[in-house]
Amino acid sequence: MSVSFTLNGAAVAAPIEDEAPLLAALRGPLGLSGTRYGCGAEQCGACLVLVDGQPAYSCTLHSGVVAGRSVTTVEGLGTPEAPHPLQTAFLELQAGQCGFCLSGILLRASVLLRDKPAPTEDDVRAALDPHLCRCGSHNRIIRAVLRAAAIGQPA
Amino acid sequence: MNLAFRNAVQGGDDKPKLPGSLHVNRRLDQWLSIQPGGTVTITPGKVELGQGIITALAQIAAEELDVALPRLVVRPASTPGSPDEAVTSGSLSVQESGMAIRHACAEARAIFVGVAAQKTGVPREDIAVQDGDFVAPDGRVLGSYWSMADAALLAVEATPGDRAKPASARRIAGTSAPRLDLPAKIFGQPRFVHDMRLPGMMHARMVRPAARGATLAALRDGPLPGGATIFRDGSVLAALATQEHHAEAAAARLAARASWDAADTLPEEHAIEAWMDSAPREDSIVLERSAETPAPARRIARRFFRPFITHGSIGTSCAVATWTGDTVEIWCHSQGIYNLRADLTKALRMPADNIILHHVEGAGCYGHNGADDVALDAALIARAHPGTPIRVLWSRAEELAWGPASPAMIVDVAAEAEADGTLLRWSQQVLSNGHSGRPGRGALPTLLAASMMADGFPVPPAINPPLAGGGGAQRNAVPPYRVPALKVDMARITAMPLRTSALRGLGALVNVWAIESVMDELAAQAAEDPLAHRLRHLDDARSRDVLSRAARMADWPNRQKRDGIGMGLAVSRYKGSGAWCAAVAEIEAGERIRCKRLWLAADVGEVVNPDGSLNQIEGGAIQATSLCLLEAVRHDARNVTSDSWETYPILRFTDVPRVQAELIARPEAPPLGAGECSLGPVIAAIANAIADALGVRVTRWPFTPENIARAMDDA
Repeated sequence: MSVSFTLNGAAVAAPIEDEAPLLAALRGPLGLSGTRYGCGAEQCGACLVLVDGQPAYSCTLHSGVVAGRSVTTVEGLGTPEAPHPLQTAFLELQAGQCGFCLSGILLRASVLLRDKPAPTEDDVRAALDPHLCRCGSHNRIIRAVLRAAAIGQPA
Repeated sequence: MNLAFRNAVQGGDDKPKLPGSLHVNRRLDQWLSIQPGGTVTITPGKVELGQGIITALAQIAAEELDVALPRLVVRPASTPGSPDEAVTSGSLSVQESGMAIRHACAEARAIFVGVAAQKTGVPREDIAVQDGDFVAPDGRVLGSYWSMADAALLAVEATPGDRAKPASARRIAGTSAPRLDLPAKIFGQPRFVHDMRLPGMMHARMVRPAARGATLAALRDGPLPGGATIFRDGSVLAALATQEHHAEAAAARLAARASWDAADTLPEEHAIEAWMDSAPREDSIVLERSAETPAPARRIARRFFRPFITHGSIGTSCAVATWTGDTVEIWCHSQGIYNLRADLTKALRMPADNIILHHVEGAGCYGHNGADDVALDAALIARAHPGTPIRVLWSRAEELAWGPASPAMIVDVAAEAEADGTLLRWSQQVLSNGHSGRPGRGALPTLLAASMMADGFPVPPAINPPLAGGGGAQRNAVPPYRVPALKVDMARITAMPLRTSALRGLGALVNVWAIESVMDELAAQAAEDPLAHRLRHLDDARSRDVLSRAARMADWPNRQKRDGIGMGLAVSRYKGSGAWCAAVAEIEAGERIRCKRLWLAADVGEVVNPDGSLNQIEGGAIQATSLCLLEAVRHDARNVTSDSWETYPILRFTDVPRVQAELIARPEAPPLGAGECSLGPVIAAIANAIADALGVRVTRWPFTPENIARAMDDA
């Protein structure tokens, strides 16, 4: 009983059933707690990860589905030493309050910027609509995504 | 909800007055310690809820000690060592904890400088402190906090006297220092209690009854996944397993196998208002001022109704507990660990000394959610598994349906005015359950499982703190406007079918909505601009200042009447004693109401961290927009049915208004807390904007097409 895949660029084998949610594999045997449980029903976005670069809700996705594929979590987006432009921008603009929603939002925004490097504010809002933030940090988050886009653009 | 609450209830003492929580936690070493390695540890009793308080407290400490901010370490609160600052609530943390730390650090600085002076002969007033070094006028370094670190120096009681820097000398407090806790949350590093992993830890999931007050009648046998086992204490039922998903799957199976003795205990949702009007109640007078007034030319009587609403934390409640011998150690995100400990002693029937609590951050709570309840859940299960750490995580359904709710409220306003709208008489009657069911305040524990465990306790009805402690239902029920005759009454419903407690702003949300709606309507009847109408009824200069500023930001005088668009404004001083805030809202009335823009002006007195305060004020405004446009706890006669984000929707990114917020600088004024001041004014401004767009007063919450249609029918 083990699911093998690539996690944040490294090969891993999670000792877990195929039917177990990917969230359980990540937070359990793989020991990465940056991916959050929020609702277990794909309604809040706190658990969002990327599977082969596409957004996926790890709370409902079976671990077996990612066998042989590549999974990115917030820990794989960047580090304090080598932050993703989004993480730099979120820190610069202090885009967050409690921070519980941020892992999923950062990953979703990374997909937006990859697919649309110069999004409009409405693009950002639409992209983040599946994500809930209860603290009311939305406008800062939107500005931070736009700032990250600007960082990523040639001057 | 805090020390202010406690003082209002218990009265003061004879000790020399010290600032904030220092008065009741008087030793300096309860607040700070110097580490020889070059850091300062501060140990506030207030806790980080995502509001940025630990950063603000670190700034205050760094300022008074004259050390660089990165040298500050903030240790999360724990028992028994941390000062007891009651609850982190009521927008009082800077006042209570910040002022204690300011005073304690200023005194600590004086003590250390005094020792340096004594040792070197350099007069103390000539010694400068530069990032912790004590420097003589000739540039010689005489020592430092670190070289002189000696715990005995701070093992003394604080003394009265103002040693803190004048506002003009502050360099760190008053700046927008970045949050200390945010990097970990942006890089996904473990920081939340949810992320704790102790050796041998097991995961548990609760199984909730089929109805409120139901008791567990039987549990059918059957296999459970992953070697999961059952915990049962009376009607407290849980599944536990070494892997989290097994506990979750096992709990689902137990739920299907459990049968409950259940009965209808809740009023039907459509009959809630009638139930409130007839429920047992306790009446009290909040404020009464008699005056002879002439016969009024105008009379307005309105009833405002708000259903139950809930906190809706994005992360669900979580705690970890370990039982060792006769002692239990608990890690949780409670807002008040000493208050929680007091209720745990009752529920667990054990002495406080045997309960050790550690605060670990959780998701934003916005008041009293399930954070305390889950700590008892974990403690009960851990008691049955000595030596094994037990982690309990609530499900989304539990978070939305089983945590305390903010009570349904009815506010009846009757106002009388002269022909030009000048107020003559105002009466306001507030009716609801109590707004505080926080632990640690009564003879009975208020924790969820306490009423469900074997040999458990009846659920005590929630209370309303006295107005001097901020009030509950009556918070902001006294209008801020000049009015000769005034009567404000409160009725607390003493039957409590749904457990109620504090949610950000408490009664202020509905009271400010009611007051500001009636003021607006009076202005409209008298054909007076609502801004001018308010300004001429406000004696308080700071109220007028925030209102004028918000109006200017929104270019209020030049607003154009546009089809389907409305603008409204409102003002309030939170609790009548806290921060001032005014809001202007622009809404679009299409198939549903959308709030497009908000302009906010606030006066929070001294601002320790302007960016943090603005973040709180804007966050409160957006949360208020969600609350009033969308939110209502749904229920039937047995249970809360709004137990998912589909059935309890909150505002999403595409509907979030654009917000412009400004602070009026008052560096010399006492700090007042920013966390809750914007909610009431924003809700009221949105309601007034709806009236501006549609010509109808919405008096039922949420401001949905259904409730607006109802208002049109009633008009």
